[in-house]
Amino acid sequence: MGATTQNSGQLQEREPCVVNWKGRGAMKIVVLVKQVPDTEAKIEVKPGATSIVAENITYVVNPYDEYAVEEALRIKEKLGQGDVTVVAMGPEKATEALRTCLAMGADKGVHLKDAAFDGSDSYATALALSKALQGIPYDLVLCGKQAIDDDNAAVGIELAELLGLPHVAVVTKLEIGVDRRSAVCHREIEGASEVVETSLPAVITAQKGLNEPRYASLKGIMTAKKKPVEVKDAASLGLAPDKVGTQGSKAKILNMSLPPQRAAGKIVPGEPPDAARQTVKLLREEAKVI
Amino acid sequence: MAQGVLVFAEQREGKFRKVAVEAVSEGKRLSDKLGGELNAAVVGTGVKDIAGSLGSYGAGKVYVVDHPGLQNYSSDGYAKALCKIVAETQPSVLLMGCTSMGRDLGPKVAARLGTGIAPDCTALSVNSDGKIVATQPMYAGKVIVQVACPTATPQIFTLRPNVFSPSAPDESRSAEVVQVDAGISSEELRTKVKGVIKATGATVDLTEAQVIVSGGRGMGGAENFKVLEELAAALGGAVGASRAAVDAGWRDHQFQVGQTGKTVSPVLYIACGISGSIQHLAGMKTSKVIVAVNKDPEAPIFKVADYGIVGDLFKVVPIMVEEAKRLLADQ
Repeated sequence: MGATTQNSGQLQEREPCVVNWKGRGAMKIVVLVKQVPDTEAKIEVKPGATSIVAENITYVVNPYDEYAVEEALRIKEKLGQGDVTVVAMGPEKATEALRTCLAMGADKGVHLKDAAFDGSDSYATALALSKALQGIPYDLVLCGKQAIDDDNAAVGIELAELLGLPHVAVVTKLEIGVDRRSAVCHREIEGASEVVETSLPAVITAQKGLNEPRYASLKGIMTAKKKPVEVKDAASLGLAPDKVGTQGSKAKILNMSLPPQRAAGKIVPGEPPDAARQTVKLLREEAKVI
Repeated sequence: MAQGVLVFAEQREGKFRKVAVEAVSEGKRLSDKLGGELNAAVVGTGVKDIAGSLGSYGAGKVYVVDHPGLQNYSSDGYAKALCKIVAETQPSVLLMGCTSMGRDLGPKVAARLGTGIAPDCTALSVNSDGKIVATQPMYAGKVIVQVACPTATPQIFTLRPNVFSPSAPDESRSAEVVQVDAGISSEELRTKVKGVIKATGATVDLTEAQVIVSGGRGMGGAENFKVLEELAAALGGAVGASRAAVDAGWRDHQFQVGQTGKTVSPVLYIACGISGSIQHLAGMKTSKVIVAVNKDPEAPIFKVADYGIVGDLFKVVPIMVEEAKRLLADQ
């Protein structure tokens, strides 16, 4: 039994990982991670640019991807065995993010690194990742629900579609079935949590609250240096130049700018009780919002 | 050749979501400029009867996939249904609300159709090539980008709730309802909703509220939110909270406003005892009018507030409640 998907007329068949029929057996988990600017970073944009000024910024592992890495490690620890591969697309410095995940406890890394990937939208990113994952056996794919730079929240879901996998997004709780062929997730929706059962393999995108990510220990940092990180460029993934980066993107950024500044407001004068009354009056008569 | 605008109108329990009406209205404005049709797509169970009402917002035809297995959202089911409707109508543009459903369905359909998607758009316009240019916030709103899908179709955009104006409904107009069989079998749905756990407390969708009164670390405790509830009630609004208040256990996470909570765009946002961190601002700085109440005159929130009151919120807010009740009673 395998998952099949049809894309551009090509049928792709995947055999699931062999698992001991008694339900014991290592789970192979792939975690997608991205290196992004820290949330405190002051972002600058040059006029006419379509990306931010990358210098003088602290870069971190995308916080939502940390929940994904942590969850993979917990599953591996619960089963007593398993394999966690972290995969990142990014420039040279994205290696740091991969090493951080290896230091947390992941086993190996795959770095999609190629200038040709620059400017990839969610589709081009998902396409490249889908090619990389075709070479890696997996039972489960985890990633954060969104990257806090572009806030698109699309790659995980698009990747699932391109791989012909089901997905459950914005997950705050994940329970792998004893048979490893299914999972029950809590998915956050407006004002509620949906309890969703999915077949595996699947793509699960992590929401805050899924777990508390661990800090890498000093020992972890030392052993991470020896863990393998495979580098893949576009050609090695069989991707022609027009399928990657800006060329391969379906949605294109035309320009980027800082948001307009809000007009300066005022501190309403007077003692707090008077200021309180005056503010309500202004909201009605001046701002006309109540 | 792809033409016209199709709007996926999200419904919940037999009622269209507010953002669905906003999206249909915006779709009509765009299709008028593009010179094509405006149609809508509705998916669910028992939804045939509400579909025609979208005509009052400008939809010409409403394509409906009504199937017993689609009572709850299913990525597989809804994507198959919407893609069937897209195949039948060949729109140039596909719109939907940027809700939990839109965030899920949009990318899946985009990948299936091999097209581009720009989520959480706050403005849409038509350029000289007849293509849509979308305004999309990124980096938690620290950056604004203009995005377009120059060649791929349909151009997919999901709309931030409470930003686009719903048009005044023309009750005399009713859309033609077209039933579509998407050939869905319950067995092919790989994910199944086994149950729904409702969050505790009143279910108010902050992203739809016109007025929000929010409390932060300065509130000091869950019971102290009562005075914010009174102000919200007097103004016909909802109560939100900063991350500090949620982490302290004073309010449920569903009411958190900020980068790791909800992004809201109300007409009026009143921040009480909230310092105004970058992460909180990310969730509310596009509010039309911002009021801040804080003891600390240096609190960053005052930089974005239109009206700032430096003072003890426990002295200030009760007076605001009184004044609001008084002023609004005269209506």
